[in-house]
Amino acid sequence: MGLFDRIKKAFGGGEAEPAVVDKYDAGLEKSRSTFGDKLNALFANFRTVDEDFFDDLEEMLIGADVGYETAVRLSDELRESVKLQNAKKPAEVAQVIVAKLVDLYGEAGASEDNTLHYAESGPTIFLFVGVNGAGKTTTIGKLAHQLKEEGKSVLLAAGDTFRAGAIEQLQEWGRRDGVPVVATEAGGDPAAVVYDAVQRAKAEQVDVLLVDTAGRLQNKVNLMKELDKIRRVIVRELPDAPQEVLLVLDATTGQNALSQAKEFNQTTQITGIVLTKLDGSGKGGIVLAIRNELHVPVKMVGLGEGMDDLQAFDPNKFVYGLFKGLIDAPAED
Amino acid sequence: MAFEGLSERLQKAFAGLRRKGKVTEADVRDTMREIRLALLEADVNFGVVKTFIKAVREKALGAEVLDSLTPGQQIIKIVNDELIATMGEAAVPLNKSPHIPTVIMMVGLQGAGKTTTVGKLSKYLIDNEKARPLLIAADVYRPAAIDQLQVVGASVGVPVFELGTEVDPRDIVRQGLAQADLQHNDYVIIDTAGRLQIDEKLMTELADIKAIANPDEILLVVDSMTGQAATEVAAGFNERLDLTGVVLTKLDGDTRGGAALSIRQVTGKPIKFIGQGEKMDALDVFYPDRMANRILGMGDMLTLIDKAQKNFDEKQALEVAEKIKENTFDFNDFLDQMDQVSNMGSFDDIMKMIPGLANNPAMKNFHVDPKDVAHQKAIVYSMTPAEREDPDLLNPSRRRRIAAGSGRPIVEVNRMIKQFNQSKQMMSQMYKGNFSGMEGLMGGGIQGKLGKMAMNNMVRKQKKNKKKRLKNMKRFKS
Repeated sequence: MGLFDRIKKAFGGGEAEPAVVDKYDAGLEKSRSTFGDKLNALFANFRTVDEDFFDDLEEMLIGADVGYETAVRLSDELRESVKLQNAKKPAEVAQVIVAKLVDLYGEAGASEDNTLHYAESGPTIFLFVGVNGAGKTTTIGKLAHQLKEEGKSVLLAAGDTFRAGAIEQLQEWGRRDGVPVVATEAGGDPAAVVYDAVQRAKAEQVDVLLVDTAGRLQNKVNLMKELDKIRRVIVRELPDAPQEVLLVLDATTGQNALSQAKEFNQTTQITGIVLTKLDGSGKGGIVLAIRNELHVPVKMVGLGEGMDDLQAFDPNKFVYGLFKGLIDAPAED
Repeated sequence: MAFEGLSERLQKAFAGLRRKGKVTEADVRDTMREIRLALLEADVNFGVVKTFIKAVREKALGAEVLDSLTPGQQIIKIVNDELIATMGEAAVPLNKSPHIPTVIMMVGLQGAGKTTTVGKLSKYLIDNEKARPLLIAADVYRPAAIDQLQVVGASVGVPVFELGTEVDPRDIVRQGLAQADLQHNDYVIIDTAGRLQIDEKLMTELADIKAIANPDEILLVVDSMTGQAATEVAAGFNERLDLTGVVLTKLDGDTRGGAALSIRQVTGKPIKFIGQGEKMDALDVFYPDRMANRILGMGDMLTLIDKAQKNFDEKQALEVAEKIKENTFDFNDFLDQMDQVSNMGSFDDIMKMIPGLANNPAMKNFHVDPKDVAHQKAIVYSMTPAEREDPDLLNPSRRRRIAAGSGRPIVEVNRMIKQFNQSKQMMSQMYKGNFSGMEGLMGGGIQGKLGKMAMNNMVRKQKKNKKKRLKNMKRFKS
């Protein structure tokens, strides 16, 4: 009963909410409908709450890519809190579970810093790393656009000299954004490109330098060493840089994302994660898994193909987008 | 990671299980929990895991446990076999059009590896079929996608048809196909833009391109690192386009690649190729057994099972060989036979004791010189152990040596071998308990129940001796 009221209120109410929330809302339409629908179906299927119920809940969490261990831990905690609050009717249980899930989402990220850091003086450098096809270049293109809009001067470094058309791709973004790009010919030394870019950023007092790198699988030792070298070049030229090393992660990635985060962290000490393609079927469970196991915060999310679809990561809005229809509109706070 | 040590955990779980002849319900329950975990950690979709486990459970229950395996290992073997079976045929070839060009269309999410795969596939076709493909650049959305295809095309020496980014992909495909017709290209590969399966507008575009190009192959390119979403993606594309196959990319990473099973289960379409590297020749045909091994992540366990099974087979083979050995007649048996006979007394006396042989007129001329037996023994003793076991070795040169060694003329050696071959034939029949065809032997032949009994007795005794001998030999060797 109560649950349906809430759903109705949330969908029907439609009070004016900030545009950003709408963005999340739209971007997560797919993931939410899957996650939320499943949760609803789950509640509808059970007249009483028993072990089967929690088994199914566990399965649902696994389906959201949170990983097996996280799913088991979560459902155990949920089982506890349902018991504690002595909830018996499915509707009550639903409320307890949803509240707990939101808490857990928030809790895991509470101590983490979701903002991007900029240098106090001199150029800021963001280094983008990740596996092939994660969306590094696209993310840089979008971010450059946004930084430019904010009135910052931006420089791009085409550190992906390996993949066919990668330099052209970044140059095209540079052209669209009206931002200069430092590049060599294909097959050049990426560390040299980065060196040139850092020199130019220093000389021209550029606000932000975004460094693109070639996609590499985290188990390729030599390619990971190359990344280490790029990082060393940056540190040698500007000891405080790079201010951010961002791992670009495809939201549809499964458990391998943990391995990616771990390996890239070891080589380049990643400071944050950019979760891309969250507008697809990726359910965001991976965020929970990474935050639980690696304590690397998500700093940005890609919610679509448009220039403005790259958003700063806000756990509350993220959770809201994911669970809208199941929880009270958090617009109150 | 969570997964490390699964094999050890499994082994520990199995250690407690007593060896049984059949897989019991308890075995299945315990093992299936671990299998489920293994598949989930490998990113197999949980729905797929559920149906898969159910199928395996039915198969496993009551299955015979191989001699050398524990029930748990037996179940893993069943799981592995089932995985291989589910993932279907190995090396499914590309569909080919009866007349050129064969049109191949690549579809998939953003960043799955479509363009790279187009390049690899071109190289594969050139290397294997001396093909002359034309690539059509139908990705007008992502910046520099056309540049990428051109660079890829140039690196494998294949022309690229493109009309820039201002033209509708449908028109590009239409004109590209016309050009392929003109140039008599035998393959046309269409590189489409990455898109979400829920993007209505772009999916319609793909459906339109399909209608225009009427492709022989629509290959879904999927990142092997894809998680639970793999089923939705594959189902989405399959519903709209009726795929003909799947290419799994980035398998050179350390992903377990459970997506392969999910996709196969959901679409029923074969996985035709896998991408295993960044170089243009890093495209391989798909082998379900390797993939199953990877997904299950129990490589060492499976090797163990394999080995156990092999040992089991070897043991069986050895037993069979021994049986054959026991049932063959060689010079050792010949010696044995002669010993047996000579222990009974003189040949003449024995013959008379056999019912039907006494007073047989044919026996009148049948005399056995006791020395003959000694001579024959001497000949056998002059043989090497190998020759005794395998009489076929006896070539003229060896026979000469034996004759010299035993001090008998070569004709006698030859005669003795001939006799031996006759007895061998006879004995092999007798071992089988078949006395027919022996009636003509020794004049009137062996008649009556008693005669048969005597012969049987002899055979039995000989077999016993032989077994003893083989056993001793083994003990000696080891």
